[in-house]
Amino acid sequence: MANIIGAVTTSHIPAIANAMANKAEETPYWKPFFDGYPPVRKWLNEKKPDVIVLFYNDHGLEFFIDKKPTFAIGVADEYHNSDEGWGIATIPPVTGESELSWHIANSLVDDGFDMTICQEMKVDHGLTVPLSLMWPGNNYGHVKVIPVCINCEQYPMPQPWRCFELGKSIGKAIESYDSDMKVAIFGTGGLSHQLDGEAAGTLNRKFDLECMDKLVTTPEELTKYTNLDLVKIGGAQTVELNMWIAMRGVLRGKVTELHRNYHAPISNTGAGLLLLEHEMPDS
Amino acid sequence: MTTNDPTQPVPGTYLFDGKMAKKGYGLNKMCFSFNEQAARDEFNQDPDAYCAKFGLTDKQIKAIHERDIIGLLQEGGSIYYVAKFAGLLKLNMQDIGAIQTGMSLDEFKAMLVKRGSGEE
Repeated sequence: MANIIGAVTTSHIPAIANAMANKAEETPYWKPFFDGYPPVRKWLNEKKPDVIVLFYNDHGLEFFIDKKPTFAIGVADEYHNSDEGWGIATIPPVTGESELSWHIANSLVDDGFDMTICQEMKVDHGLTVPLSLMWPGNNYGHVKVIPVCINCEQYPMPQPWRCFELGKSIGKAIESYDSDMKVAIFGTGGLSHQLDGEAAGTLNRKFDLECMDKLVTTPEELTKYTNLDLVKIGGAQTVELNMWIAMRGVLRGKVTELHRNYHAPISNTGAGLLLLEHEMPDS
Repeated sequence: MTTNDPTQPVPGTYLFDGKMAKKGYGLNKMCFSFNEQAARDEFNQDPDAYCAKFGLTDKQIKAIHERDIIGLLQEGGSIYYVAKFAGLLKLNMQDIGAIQTGMSLDEFKAMLVKRGSGEE
């Protein structure tokens, strides 16, 4: 049984990559955001997870709307970043974990989640920014990453309850994997924000903080929202909360909050950071 | 704040659904191509020819010319692809937030700070 040791949630916006590239972490604008990260980096460096299952959404690098998977999983040994069109630096290849990825994919489809299974998959800022944040200098090559991509762009998109169920099914798959490897789960994106329309700039600090509380203690409550609820409460891209909810679904055992930070705004978003420790369920 | 599109359920918001995805297919496909430097260069050399290549409608071409972000959304643009067009113009998300809300960049940023601190 592989051991799910914990989870991290983090923002993944491109502005973070630019801030790191421009060495702006200590500026007054960015400091309250970046100051949240050292405890998480320390935990990762101490616990040394072998594998990260990373929930993110593609923003038009790998997937176009010619064929838009609702849920996709990477099963490759390596993933590449690429030019996204607006100037964030391309980062080094990301190491994959093919065998466990296929195990999860097999288990998910048997469990009723008809995944798009990807042997080649360009990974965009949704996946790369969190890795750069956790391992500054892009020193993440030693960690094996399993990308799980959720459609947050085009309706119909999967509802929060469904994303939670996806996470649960991935949790079961990891638990049934015959290995002593250590696995951490990343939920990326969010929280409240809106990029498009006359309502651009929508933010909801109160809701973000409530979400962070509920995510730790009563995640089922978050599954009662519809995507449209999230749009109305926090803005159009608040649906990225689905990646956090999916992450939480994976954690079927005891969850303890070790660290959190919340800062808003960074660029147009409310940025939440959580570090959760997980004890494996008895059965 | 009101949206100009009464079919949209959330004011000031353009949900990117099947109807929009169909309407904006060529526009989004063009903006998706801007992932490649060669495509960006080709667009910059002759925007009209590049728009024609993707079969953009007159309304979409007008919105591209006028850098009318709201117009692009109304004509089926997905913000993720429209953002790549904005990037080609060297505009970031806060710049286009200001454009869409009719604010100056400083006003838009100040609004975000207020909301982020929970004042509003």
